[in-house]
Amino acid sequence: MAVDHVSFQVQKGELFGFLGPNAAGKTTTIRMLTGVIKPDEGTASIFGYDILREGLKTRQLMGIVPEMANAYVDLSAWNNLILIGELYGVPKGLRQERATKLLKEFGLYERRNHLVKGYSRGMKQKLLLCMALINEPQILFLDEPTSGLDVESQRMIKDMIRDFNKNGTTVFLTTHNMEEANQLCDRIAIINHGKIAAIDSPEKLRLRSSGLQSIEVSFDKTVSVEDLSKVQDVKEARKTGDKVRLYADEPSIVLDNLIDFARSKRLKIISLNTLAPTLEDVFLKLVKES
Amino acid sequence: MENLYWEQFKRSFAIMKKNIRIYYSKGPVVIFGLITPFFLFLSFYIGRNMPAEALIPGLLGMTAFFTATSVGPAIVPWEARAKTLERLISSPISVWTIFLGDVLSSFLFGVVVSIFPVIVGLFIGVQIVNPWILGFGIILATFCFASFSILLSAYPPTDTPAGVMMLSSMIKFPLVFISGIFIPIEELPGWGKVLSSISPLTYFTDLARYSIQGNSYYPIALNFTVLVVATIIFLVTAIKIHERTMQKRL
Repeated sequence: MAVDHVSFQVQKGELFGFLGPNAAGKTTTIRMLTGVIKPDEGTASIFGYDILREGLKTRQLMGIVPEMANAYVDLSAWNNLILIGELYGVPKGLRQERATKLLKEFGLYERRNHLVKGYSRGMKQKLLLCMALINEPQILFLDEPTSGLDVESQRMIKDMIRDFNKNGTTVFLTTHNMEEANQLCDRIAIINHGKIAAIDSPEKLRLRSSGLQSIEVSFDKTVSVEDLSKVQDVKEARKTGDKVRLYADEPSIVLDNLIDFARSKRLKIISLNTLAPTLEDVFLKLVKES
Repeated sequence: MENLYWEQFKRSFAIMKKNIRIYYSKGPVVIFGLITPFFLFLSFYIGRNMPAEALIPGLLGMTAFFTATSVGPAIVPWEARAKTLERLISSPISVWTIFLGDVLSSFLFGVVVSIFPVIVGLFIGVQIVNPWILGFGIILATFCFASFSILLSAYPPTDTPAGVMMLSSMIKFPLVFISGIFIPIEELPGWGKVLSSISPLTYFTDLARYSIQGNSYYPIALNFTVLVVATIIFLVTAIKIHERTMQKRL
């Protein structure tokens, strides 16, 4: 098992991101929390219920979108939804009403009686979200919900996730997409090799990563990256398209040195920007460190 | 607590309905549940001059046994492979809820298909002297065989339905030959009688003979008792093994 003594808390109503590279332990964590696999040791509770001793009660509160598409492909979308409604004990009239509403919201209603084996990847993913929502869960576990989808479907699912969260549903989202986590999450945990490397809000994670601030510069003539990396106080120089990105602890000091460098080489600065570290920079740094 | 069990029992029916929709038409179920017993019976019947009263109990026993054991073994490996088992495990249902649903779907398949040999018998003029015994016997026996069917898929924990079906055939075929279907129990040698006594199918075939021919080898009460005890043993053992091996399937 890949996960090694992770410890974290998610607040009620929070949209919590669980980030990590492939095989970091994201899916194993979500499978333990949703009762699919049993941890060798340790405890976890959801809304005060112990996941091992009160598994039925905790699972009753959850909606789950697993990483692998696992709707019943030999059933129609309608029958899949009704089945899940029955498994969660949703009364007949209510589950039919919710199934209709969800299928309409996700644009699947017209094809509700078609077998799922004929659905596209995006349609299957939307159906899995419908199945996760039929019991109106208090907590939604989403394992890579937008993975492999086209841009339009990704945007739709992200908007839906935001809406559910706004309505009070706690969301536990695993992803390796930094931008998705940045756009959606209140807080993020970064996991690597089964251990938590950091937990904080996306903005705070960015700010606490000193040494990742950078200056992006382009000149009228080609300048070698080696020459630029020798500019005083520059920690690292990296070519990004027709520009060069210079990493430094204090970008303001580097600015003066860079202007001196341009004068001495008779170079004209075309563009100059100071950049805060992206979440991706922070993620890569933390993963490398851990 | 009572409410919890009732709620779980209701959810077993949801599993049963799902199984009916998906698995009744699957190839291995049709082959092992319908086609195999039909041709096995034909190969036994053709060329023999046997009265219908002697044939129908055997046909009924074989049909009930093959049909009620054809759905159960296929479901778990199928669902493990399709990753739908993970969906069920993460739902608010117990392992026994899942397997009770599997047993119910196998049971229903067995009961419905077992009615056909009875209809054929009536059509060709066979008299059923004890219809209540026969009806109750079919219900009890198919539930027993359906419970046996989930035991067949309990070990080893695999996600290959064909492997489980082949393994279960290796167990099911010898049982058919020692259970008084082709040769009445009283005509078996001593060692054959001992061997036949370990098969629950023997007791149903004996009940079917009693219901149609009016005579049985074992007392009727014993036949019913063995079927009830076997059902409990199969059901409890299968669920316990599945609970232990479930993690290996996911």
